[in-house]
Amino acid sequence: MKRPEPIQVVKQRRDGALAALVGGVPYARFLGISFDRRGDELTGVLRFDEKLIGNPALPALHGGVTAAFLEVTAIVTLSWAMLWDDLEAGRLAAEGLTPETLPRLPKTIDFSVDYLRSGLPRDAYARARVNRSGRRYASIHVEGWQDNRDRLFAQATGHFLMPRREE
Amino acid sequence: MSDPTSDSRNRLAQQFISALPHCRALSMRVEEAADGVAVLSMPWAEELVGDPITGVIHGGAISALMDTSGGAAVLCHPAAAMSTATMDLRIDYMRAAAPRERITARAVCHHVTRSVAFVRAEAFDESGEGPVAVANGAFTLDRGGDR
Repeated sequence: MKRPEPIQVVKQRRDGALAALVGGVPYARFLGISFDRRGDELTGVLRFDEKLIGNPALPALHGGVTAAFLEVTAIVTLSWAMLWDDLEAGRLAAEGLTPETLPRLPKTIDFSVDYLRSGLPRDAYARARVNRSGRRYASIHVEGWQDNRDRLFAQATGHFLMPRREE
Repeated sequence: MSDPTSDSRNRLAQQFISALPHCRALSMRVEEAADGVAVLSMPWAEELVGDPITGVIHGGAISALMDTSGGAAVLCHPAAAMSTATMDLRIDYMRAAAPRERITARAVCHHVTRSVAFVRAEAFDESGEGPVAVANGAFTLDRGGDR
């Protein structure tokens, strides 16, 4: 039996690929979105910033920010799922991954956001579940929360066009 | 000469938008405000890009513009809402917006009930082709007073 890889090698590969994926989306940086990784599971983190406020009277996060955060989480989660097998099988080298060498990103076909309560002026989290991922289309559900995992402030469903795979 | 009431309404709408930090961050501008109609635009910017290879703006930034124009259309409706919030917004992305072009969203509040406002919106780039995205939304309508 093959010896398991050293943990640092595994982590470096996975974290490196994730950083390249997220770092390649300027808009995610602009909003202050990062991703926590546990194995292959991702959690989007939206760091609170004054510029994310939509209603200064409440104050509350802008609905557009919430939508964007959920959409970024959906796209990154979907791309990550697409990348994972190639990365783990060694078909994709994590070192030197750039937007040019990464597979193309899925494109949003439609995205529907359900606003459950107003977004508070603090950090927000989101996790996406890929309900169906075929060769051409994928369907994704995303949940967003702040203080309590069980009290969602927004959820969304979207369809995505998968990039064409060479071969 | 433009109609003085529409001028002052545009000015009011611009003041309202400028008071919202995220709208300032995206440099949103009011192009038109009429009964139940709001037209808002925002410039392309490097930091709004979703796909660095093509330079196409992220769908999320277009959502933010459409959401704001939807809310503005509700507030411009003669129902005279005190405030509004998005309950539900569905966006269909028809095509990639041309890089480096201004995006303009036109939202129409086409129906209101006592406490709900329904909105349709379309977003265009400068190419003169069909919309880059269309949206349908339901917004809360707070008329103030009785609760």
